[in-house]
Amino acid sequence: MKRFLIRKIIFLPLTFIGITAILFFIINTLPPQTLASAYSNSEKELTSEELNTIIEKYDLKGNIIKRYLKWLSKIIKGDFGYSQTSKMSVSDSIKKYLPATIELALFSIIPIFLIGNYLGLKAARKKDTLFDKITSFTSSFLYSIPSFIIGIILLFLFYGILGIFTPARYSIETEILISSGFFKQYTGFMIIDSILNLNFRVLLDSIKHLILPSFSIFLGTSAIFIKITRNSTIEEMGKDYVRTLRAKGLDEDYIFKKHIRRNILIPQITVGGLQMIRLLSGVVITEAIFDWPGIGSFGVKAARQLDISGVMGFVIVVSALFIIGNLIIDLLYAYFDPRIKYE
Amino acid sequence: MNKIKEIIKKLWQNKKTRFGLIVFSFYLIIAIIAPIIAPPYRENDPYIVKQTGFSAIPQKPSLKSPFGTTQNQYDIFYALVWGTRMIFKITAKVIIISLLIGIILGGVSGYFGGIIDEIIMRFTDIILSIPSLILAIFVIAILGPGIEKVVIAISFVWWPGYARIFRGEILKIKSMDFIKYSQMIGAKTLWIFKKHIIPNAIYNVIILASLDISNIVIIASSLSFLGLGSPPGYSDWGQIISVSRNWIISGLSSIEYSHTVVIPSLFIFFFVFSLNIISETLRDIFDPKLN
Repeated sequence: MKRFLIRKIIFLPLTFIGITAILFFIINTLPPQTLASAYSNSEKELTSEELNTIIEKYDLKGNIIKRYLKWLSKIIKGDFGYSQTSKMSVSDSIKKYLPATIELALFSIIPIFLIGNYLGLKAARKKDTLFDKITSFTSSFLYSIPSFIIGIILLFLFYGILGIFTPARYSIETEILISSGFFKQYTGFMIIDSILNLNFRVLLDSIKHLILPSFSIFLGTSAIFIKITRNSTIEEMGKDYVRTLRAKGLDEDYIFKKHIRRNILIPQITVGGLQMIRLLSGVVITEAIFDWPGIGSFGVKAARQLDISGVMGFVIVVSALFIIGNLIIDLLYAYFDPRIKYE
Repeated sequence: MNKIKEIIKKLWQNKKTRFGLIVFSFYLIIAIIAPIIAPPYRENDPYIVKQTGFSAIPQKPSLKSPFGTTQNQYDIFYALVWGTRMIFKITAKVIIISLLIGIILGGVSGYFGGIIDEIIMRFTDIILSIPSLILAIFVIAILGPGIEKVVIAISFVWWPGYARIFRGEILKIKSMDFIKYSQMIGAKTLWIFKKHIIPNAIYNVIILASLDISNIVIIASSLSFLGLGSPPGYSDWGQIISVSRNWIISGLSSIEYSHTVVIPSLFIFFFVFSLNIISETLRDIFDPKLN
């Protein structure tokens, strides 16, 4: 366990360095003039003369490996340069947009775990009944729908026709409240901030805006979680120890609660964890559909406008989250399954 | 070749998969006969969508446009038909390019081993550790939007998967006796590669490549939905969804014209659905343990 942990922690920065190296070599296929914009720190520096001084200052026509090391040391300090799309530094934009994405992700992952776990277990216990068939059909059906189609249909139904939910992160009233300075943003998470501000109207407003996008993510991604819960439960139910427990005369509910549930945790963690990661990249689409001002919207906007430093910051942050997520899954896996000894 | 025939036969025996195959061939036919059922609107570039006006209000299905029009009067039928052809083209190109790169690099890596293997495999590890959609967005941001760029971007994120599988296959075959005999009697490396290794290893790679076709379709249309694919006004599935979205967001949407959302959505869904059914059965045939 210890050895495994150490190995993982050593590999983490190595993967990170590898990712940044590949990204850096890709952007270096650009002409120096365009490349220079990735080094600018403000709007003023984007004029052609300033760009020329940047080219000279950072030696953009010089040795690529030297430049990479210089750039990497900047990145590690958190200096990603200036983003033209959001009109502020990239690290500030990430600070602004990332909480929205995390809030949305958490709001979708928790129902996926709770409801998916419930439906999967129930389907397994009622194997081959109508309930089981409906659950597995619906989930495999939903799994086939691309996320942008789920999103557009929900948007059309609940915003276009019914007008119950609106896109974006909060209503115009809240936006005015925020810009007027009466609503302080401590963390960037609307739910936490509104509680800290003791403003429950804003709390309700932000929850209302969260429902539609998180429901869209839920529909698209809960299918696999339901399926894995169901299948691993059925597999577990057929094992010898369960038969022994039944022969001992134990209550079926007790067997489920105390034995089966614990044993299916492992596939649930590995698959559920991978789900979370898939969610991270799928969130880009969901954010675009529902006008959600998260890191994905920022990245896509930057990508459309050749805002190199913006895109770079976006990809690096998302990849870093990705690696950390993978590490957490591995650790949980090792923790819950003591049989696994990583050599 | 016989193996592939056998697999198609097995696929056809399964009722669910037969449905999938029929739906899939329906789309394939549409892609092939696109110029007949939707005569090119612009002769120099048939992929530009037929546009019959500029009114912001969509039109219901009629004889002139069987699926109606969207906002700005883009003809939905035309866009979907030529979009099918476009998605087949993109997917085929992506698969060919990434299979080629995957087979070459995976093959070199598996056959020679050592430091070359280490370098190539670490490179694939790194690419696979970045979410594919995110990396594709990054590549397009550098190259600029466009259909060809979408192909390059998706191929760039796709080949590592194939390279890994092919390398694994080669490691398996390399240790078999007949390869050792050929080496012993003095056959050249390239010859062994061409005559023995590729024909034996390629089969599994092609099957596995066909499993994730639907993912390529989804990524390609997602990119164009995000405005990173074809230029505006092109027949492209992602783009028509994006036009519908603009219509909903503009607040002009009403239930009366729901065809602008429903028809493209169903059209894309059935394609992805059929591919998923086929690949599910393929996976079962390929790995009975999973069942």
